[in-house]
Amino acid sequence: MPAASLSERPLSPAEQRRLRWYRLQRAYEGYFFLAPNISGFLLFTAFPVIASFALSFFRWDLLTPPVYVGTQQFKELLFNDPQFRRVALNTFYFTFGTVPARVALSLFLAMALNQALRGITVYRVIYFMPVVTSLVAAALVFQWIFNGNFGILNGFLWGLGSLLHIPVHPPDWLNSTKWAMPAVMVLNLWKNVGFTMTIYLAGLQAIPQELYEAADVDGAGEWAKFRNITLPMISPTTFFVVIMSLIWALQVFEEPYIMTKGGPAFATTTLVHYIYLNAFRWSRMGKAAAVAWLLFAIIFVFTWLQMRYQRRWVHYEADQE
Amino acid sequence: MKPTRNSHQARLGSRQQRKKAKHLGLHLLLITGSVVMLVPFAWMLSTSLKEPGDVFIYPPQWIPQPVQWENYQETVTVMPFGRFYLNSAIQAVSVTALQLLTASLAAYAFARLRFRGRDLLFMLYLATMMIPFPVTMIPNFVIMRYLNWIDTFRALILPPAFSAFSTFLLRQYFMSIPVEMDDAARVDGASSFRIWWQIILPLSGPALATLAIFTFLGQWNSFLWPLIVTNSEKMRTLPVGLATFQGQYSVQWHLLMAGSVIAVLPILVIYIAGQRWFVRGITLTGMGGR
Repeated sequence: MPAASLSERPLSPAEQRRLRWYRLQRAYEGYFFLAPNISGFLLFTAFPVIASFALSFFRWDLLTPPVYVGTQQFKELLFNDPQFRRVALNTFYFTFGTVPARVALSLFLAMALNQALRGITVYRVIYFMPVVTSLVAAALVFQWIFNGNFGILNGFLWGLGSLLHIPVHPPDWLNSTKWAMPAVMVLNLWKNVGFTMTIYLAGLQAIPQELYEAADVDGAGEWAKFRNITLPMISPTTFFVVIMSLIWALQVFEEPYIMTKGGPAFATTTLVHYIYLNAFRWSRMGKAAAVAWLLFAIIFVFTWLQMRYQRRWVHYEADQE
Repeated sequence: MKPTRNSHQARLGSRQQRKKAKHLGLHLLLITGSVVMLVPFAWMLSTSLKEPGDVFIYPPQWIPQPVQWENYQETVTVMPFGRFYLNSAIQAVSVTALQLLTASLAAYAFARLRFRGRDLLFMLYLATMMIPFPVTMIPNFVIMRYLNWIDTFRALILPPAFSAFSTFLLRQYFMSIPVEMDDAARVDGASSFRIWWQIILPLSGPALATLAIFTFLGQWNSFLWPLIVTNSEKMRTLPVGLATFQGQYSVQWHLLMAGSVIAVLPILVIYIAGQRWFVRGITLTGMGGR
């Protein structure tokens, strides 16, 4: 064998040098490939994570030197800051108002699209259009649509009311502490339902058709098929969709920021908006960092709970085999 | 009881009819949904072409009369939308290019090369993926201030250019390429760099394209970071410029909607032209969860 004889032959000094150089190169070249990315990663991700954690124990207005206050800011936020409580509740309200609706609606649409219908591509293109649209532009239009006096939504409701001879008094959505948040939720649903629908569609198309055929032979109805085939088979996708939607919803910012500026009377101010206000309006960098870490803790808890309880409802094919 | 031929046919017929009825119902439903999806776009366009006085009338007018194209001229005169476009394009293209380049190099190292601390570093990348943007936003802002980068392209481009998520995504994709491909090239004397460039990258076309599309889209529409690191009008990106425009012309809906159309139109055109890639991308990157 030529290869064996090659390794047994004593190497010339020149060959030894080349081999050593080659080995050295192979041992360290990984760092060169990593270098551009990891330098940016360390500077703009890893270091800021540590820095913001440290910052959350200081009061700092950017102008005077930071003052160490220990866990005081966390204590204040958790036990003695009605504003923080308000924005946290707003964020939860938004999250639990949008995520279940989003998941249900996108699964429903995906199932409707998964039938052998004509023009599926057209529907899919239309439902996905808001996803690529700039959120700021979308929020502007929705602000205009939800306008109390001249918005088309109330125009439509008035028209419908007079058609059916029912007197309707639609609210002045964005100026009402009660209705501003639902309006923001509607924008969020409109914007994102196409994205989760597309994910669901991919999941639905991966379900083996034989399962439905077998159920047909057994004479199963539509509901039984949905309950016993579609839901369990799609549950890994649902798990993913729920986790991602939760993480995104808890970080909502632009929708209320553009539509309502967080108002009226802090009715739509969210956690990220509160971080923004603290850091860039009120120059409380340390407090903003503390809120950011609390937000992270909330996201972490929600994700962890989902992971923990997934066994109860998420059905993985591999488990069965 | 054995079904006769006729009753069998009748059953088939009624099943087909039921299917037809079901499809009709589905179409009605999907069309209603489509209308809901399209109305905001239509209303945006309609308002953007109205005379200021026609904006506030009831019942609302869908077809503007007369069509006021001058609104667009006025919008770009009072607000430098051309400049916003340019800034957004420079930011989105640069971030996308840098992210793809640096992430694919790092992903190659993580997927194929052996070196000390590799797995530990990869774990570090994974660990940071869960951390929300607001956590790192404040120190990053302070870094930008310290470096005197506020209101420059460096601040808009460099911090978002290194992504742990992109690295992770590409690493997973590279892992699925058979190692034999690399080995064959290595026997022929190719360097690691050459393998990355001539074997791994060409074989990862779909993953790179998907990542490029979604990075570009995310950057083009990104708002919070450009909002906090820019403060002069000439450095505003399109979303931030639009938000500033809203602050200054708050009830001039015909102008605001013209600005929105300007902001939305190019990306919608690109999307409709290449819509298959967007949908395929979601499925392909494993974002489908399966």
